[in-house]
Amino acid sequence: MLLKISWKNILNKKLNSFLCVLLMTLGIAIISLLLLLGKQLQDKFAKNISGIDMVVGAKGSPLQLILSSVYQIDNPTGNVFLSDVQEIAQNPLVKEMIPLSMGDNYQSYRIVGTNKKYFEHFKAQFATGVMFKQDLEAVLGAQVALNTGLKVGDTFSSSHGLDAEGEVHGETKYKVAGVLEFNNSVIDNLVLTSLNSVWNIHEHKEAEHTEEEHKAHEAEEADMPKREITSALIKFRSPMGLMSMPRNINQNSKLQAALPSIEVNRLFELLGIGIDGLQILAAVIILISGISVFVSLYNSLKERKYEMALMLSMGASRTRLFLMLLLEGVLLALFGFVAGVVLSRVGIVLISNQLNKKFHFDVNQMNLQTGEIYLFVGALAIGILAAALPSINIYRLNISRTLAEE
Amino acid sequence: MLTVSDLTFSYNNQKKFSFPSFSCAERETLLILGNSGTGKTTFLHLLALLLQPESGSIQINNQEFAHLSPREATKMRAIHLGIIYQKSHFVSSLSVLDNLLLANYLADKNQSKEQAIKLAKSLGFYELLDKKTTLLSGGEQQRVSIARALMNNPEVILADEPTSNLDDENCEKVINLLENQSKNIGASLVIVTHDQRLKDKFSNKIILN
Repeated sequence: MLLKISWKNILNKKLNSFLCVLLMTLGIAIISLLLLLGKQLQDKFAKNISGIDMVVGAKGSPLQLILSSVYQIDNPTGNVFLSDVQEIAQNPLVKEMIPLSMGDNYQSYRIVGTNKKYFEHFKAQFATGVMFKQDLEAVLGAQVALNTGLKVGDTFSSSHGLDAEGEVHGETKYKVAGVLEFNNSVIDNLVLTSLNSVWNIHEHKEAEHTEEEHKAHEAEEADMPKREITSALIKFRSPMGLMSMPRNINQNSKLQAALPSIEVNRLFELLGIGIDGLQILAAVIILISGISVFVSLYNSLKERKYEMALMLSMGASRTRLFLMLLLEGVLLALFGFVAGVVLSRVGIVLISNQLNKKFHFDVNQMNLQTGEIYLFVGALAIGILAAALPSINIYRLNISRTLAEE
Repeated sequence: MLTVSDLTFSYNNQKKFSFPSFSCAERETLLILGNSGTGKTTFLHLLALLLQPESGSIQINNQEFAHLSPREATKMRAIHLGIIYQKSHFVSSLSVLDNLLLANYLADKNQSKEQAIKLAKSLGFYELLDKKTTLLSGGEQQRVSIARALMNNPEVILADEPTSNLDDENCEKVINLLENQSKNIGASLVIVTHDQRLKDKFSNKIILN
């Protein structure tokens, strides 16, 4: 019955209740969304980073190098000679060097030239088909296969650059050798092929260039073995490598060495400022929702003073009525919370679609976060507090006078 | 059987009330008449256990009620008394039916829908049970408050100016209903009013001045 009265009271003041719930919903949704996004981004970033101690590539922004080589989102910093990188890989501290060569795409999915170690690094499993063996054979990440509809045995032409609008290398076609299973890492969104394939495609392409360019190119042809790659992922044998190698490379070579862990931390610090700001905004909105519950109850209690005195005279204890009023605040907070969490999930789906289109970056975790449990407790506390402040007057209500006055 | 003797009460030192003694048997009606300022409402609130008298006694079926703690008074009021207030107030968010059932609920009794329907039928507002109380007319509201006072089958029914806002026709109707219903459940009925229209209807009366 108490619950019924609370519920009916909420329905009775639809606009007021709607406002309270709306504000609560917005606040909760924003915080919840930030929690989800933050967690998933961190998960993704952490997963892709695991095991990669250092990235070497052309000089430029270290963050850009990390983003392009580890996460495949930014543009590469430029090309470096494979021989230079191999020299570094000779260092006894280096356990493994995975070369990466990019520059082409298929329907905006990056084509990355690499070797078997890259697959091993991600522990990628084949869903169908096999590893590329010859030039111009390619292996598709699961997401690529899903979205492009390519199957083993199909052929496709790559386009130059990293955007889908690039010039098409029409005359040479890749053949799909295998498709990977979902790995929940960047590899899902890549087309992988051998380094040779990438080199070959561009030689073919350069063959059609104008003569002047061709002449310039011939000079390069002289030192043919100086193959270029975009960057290389390095794993160290021991943490000792972290101490000495990056500085050495940055100071004494044309290459740049960047440490993913440091750059990602830096990135999150930058993002963190924005996230913190938004979280404060959301907290303020939740607080305003609490105030609006307070104002709404305070006003309605003035109107309902006689009603309360009446119920007290009919046998209700003050505590019972107090709890009934609390229940109104709690119900409003509860609705706000549930609606907020649902809204944040809708937001995640929308954002995920956007990210997927732009960066092939998929966020889809829907589980309740631990942060949201704190959020739930917080929302409830605000609801209770906002309802308790005006309702405490019920303990001071003079039944006889109130009934006599009106 | 309601027996009241030598009740006194004061809000402050200047204004002291002392009220006449009376007794009212089951199925009987007592009219307490008085003009404004004679302490009618105070008297009623004393009888309703909403105020505590300085001295005197209130007995219902030989049980003393005058000096209970507020908590006990609330409980006894809910069980033994049915009160009809001057202005009909309800829990505005609830329907007529729920307002009736609320009387059961707040007195910690089983919610008797049959009782509510029976009362609504005999008081003639059965078709209004699902409506909000704010949509009812003054006479309809008054009949619903009578029904609410009867929900817990009290031994004593107290009515504060039950007819002051009603026209002659409705006044007649409401008083008859009150009397009949009180007789039906075997309760004593005490009506506190300044309404002179009621003066000649009852033989058993006290005049405050």
